[in-house]
Amino acid sequence: MGLSTDGQALDPRTAPEFQTAARSVLNDAQLRKNVRHATTVIQNKRAKVVGELPDWQELREAGGALREHTMKFLDAYLEQFEANCTRAGGVVHWARDAAEAREIVVRLAKESIGDAPSEVIKIKSMTTEEIGLNAALQEAGITPYETDLAELIIQLGKDQPSHIVVPALHKNRAQIREIFQREMHLPHLGETPQDLADAARSFLREKFLRVPTAVSGANFLVAETGGVCIVESEGNGRMCLTLPRTLITIAGIDKVVPRFADLEVLLQVLPRSATGERMNPYNSIWTGVHPGDGPEQFHVVLMDNGRTDVLADEHGRETLHCIRCGACQNACPVYRQTGGHAYGSVYAGPIGAILTPQLQKMEHAESLPYASSLCGACYEVCPVKINIPEVLVHLRSRVVERKTAGLRVLTNAEALAMKTAGSLFRSERRFRAAQRLARMGQGVLARKDGSGEKWISWLPGLLGGWTQVRDLHALPDETFRQWWEEREKSKKHAGGAA
Amino acid sequence: MSANARTAVLERVRAAKGGAAELAKAASAWGLLPRAYHRDGDLQRTAMLERFIDRLHDYDAHVEFCDDAGLAGAIARALYACGAKRVLVPVGLDVGCPEELERVEDAALRVSELDRVDAVVTRCTVAIAETGTLVLQTVPGQGRRAATLVPDIHVCIVRERDVVMTVPEAFNRLALTTTLPTTFVSGPSATADIEMTRIKGVHGPRTLYVVLEAEAG
Repeated sequence: MGLSTDGQALDPRTAPEFQTAARSVLNDAQLRKNVRHATTVIQNKRAKVVGELPDWQELREAGGALREHTMKFLDAYLEQFEANCTRAGGVVHWARDAAEAREIVVRLAKESIGDAPSEVIKIKSMTTEEIGLNAALQEAGITPYETDLAELIIQLGKDQPSHIVVPALHKNRAQIREIFQREMHLPHLGETPQDLADAARSFLREKFLRVPTAVSGANFLVAETGGVCIVESEGNGRMCLTLPRTLITIAGIDKVVPRFADLEVLLQVLPRSATGERMNPYNSIWTGVHPGDGPEQFHVVLMDNGRTDVLADEHGRETLHCIRCGACQNACPVYRQTGGHAYGSVYAGPIGAILTPQLQKMEHAESLPYASSLCGACYEVCPVKINIPEVLVHLRSRVVERKTAGLRVLTNAEALAMKTAGSLFRSERRFRAAQRLARMGQGVLARKDGSGEKWISWLPGLLGGWTQVRDLHALPDETFRQWWEEREKSKKHAGGAA
Repeated sequence: MSANARTAVLERVRAAKGGAAELAKAASAWGLLPRAYHRDGDLQRTAMLERFIDRLHDYDAHVEFCDDAGLAGAIARALYACGAKRVLVPVGLDVGCPEELERVEDAALRVSELDRVDAVVTRCTVAIAETGTLVLQTVPGQGRRAATLVPDIHVCIVRERDVVMTVPEAFNRLALTTTLPTTFVSGPSATADIEMTRIKGVHGPRTLYVVLEAEAG
């Protein structure tokens, strides 16, 4: 069935090129139908609730400026978060990369579990998907239970997430029912969404009440208070944050916000952009450990894993402003055709096309900056005004630079042609000479049509790609500049004579 | 190991930005950030309450009003309407539940015991009309977080004077209690993970009643 991920993790280091992966998805009519339906529904809901706010553009402006400010002072805010979280009874850990983050989480989970059955409950977290945490937990003999409905569908279906907010958006109700019937041993399960949600409720209820260790991601870390904010719908998040004895939160260093009051902006733009709701059912904000309410042990793992490489590129760093709403995915004409798996990364769509290659130091996922028509729909809907098209173009130039570094330019026909063109366009003399040469060269290729216009319908080699589907207007015998210069000359001539 | 990672990550951040940041400079720059969005609502009291009720209904939450029978009467109507028998009452709640129903005090109950009550009655710190949101904090009368999560029915009393129009107004009211465990509740638990259809009730309370308490006098 099209591009099945077969439980194979989405890993940009080994994923096929986007264009290749996309081709096989495009044959999966069911998947395309599911993705189109879901993204259309969210887009319409979003448009409605965004339209209700007369100050939407001001909120975007404030959100963008706030994120930019945070990145500028990131080291200070991270240290402030650490100090305040620690003072409130939390334990802060740092991880340079995915391996280190996995190792810390696995160790903390083992310490918390002790002699109890080796299991943890999990809140949906793209950061844990990014580092392949579930596989690492399993290798260590710990069973992770995903508790978000979509993540549960993905986990039980041995599938991979295809959207950052609605990870199972590529599955329809019939497919979900089949997975639940098989994996929850419920042969008579009904097929309405309500039946499926009820099945998830009873499947997970017992785990919430029993499992004393939870792993979560974070939406925001508040430097001013050391607090953590998680935004969710179902209440599975609240269960994981509140009932267990130990909570382990893992967050990218980009998730920090300066002050508690900054949430007044982000909690307005995020729900409206993500699920098209005025506010999602539950936002939880907590600070360290609170006696008598919630976990006794609270850990936060602050992870870099390539984020500082993104920060180092002044044209690419706005990628880190992302608050993971997924609006750009829903709006993207490319994502809407292919769905998420073709991007070969847990971060799909326009934001994935700029985030994934940068997190990979541009060594992998080089095809992703090209997975876009640069139409700008993503920029339009971004709640923090990330200029995704501009970053895409910037990354394309970084890809070209890498491909053409040193002598490699000689072995790459496209790069060589571009370099030559660059040199021609830089000098008027060379440009004119090239025009003259081209006019001479086109002689054998150009054919006149009925009205005397000259057309080229075949070009050799690489250039043939153009003429395969359309004719090319031949260069005129005289350029505009030549005509103009002649005209000026004869005018002067005539004027002098008068 | 972890100390090394800390130093390494912070050094990388500083190298990436071209230098270390100072918190004092960050504070003054923060003060200059653009905030041209609306801070205060522009609706009269009655219109604002109507907006609040409309938003709650939109989430499929129920709304009860106090009549001659007062607050206790409104709470009783809500509890009877959803068939609750055992009612959890957090420490410090100043109103009772009907005599005929079993009242369960939350004296550090185990989670499995919370799972055996039908409903919970609480107050809230502030409510937001524009988004239909109730903000609960861990203070007397509002219970710890698990108390409003595990029972399937949540009855929340909202004093009219605690309803504000906008999200920024609500954050103003929270400014002195930013480190308390805080939960924003907007309607009953829901999901749209299956074909983007909003389904009420997954893991949190599947029924939410809001009892609006009018101003005294």
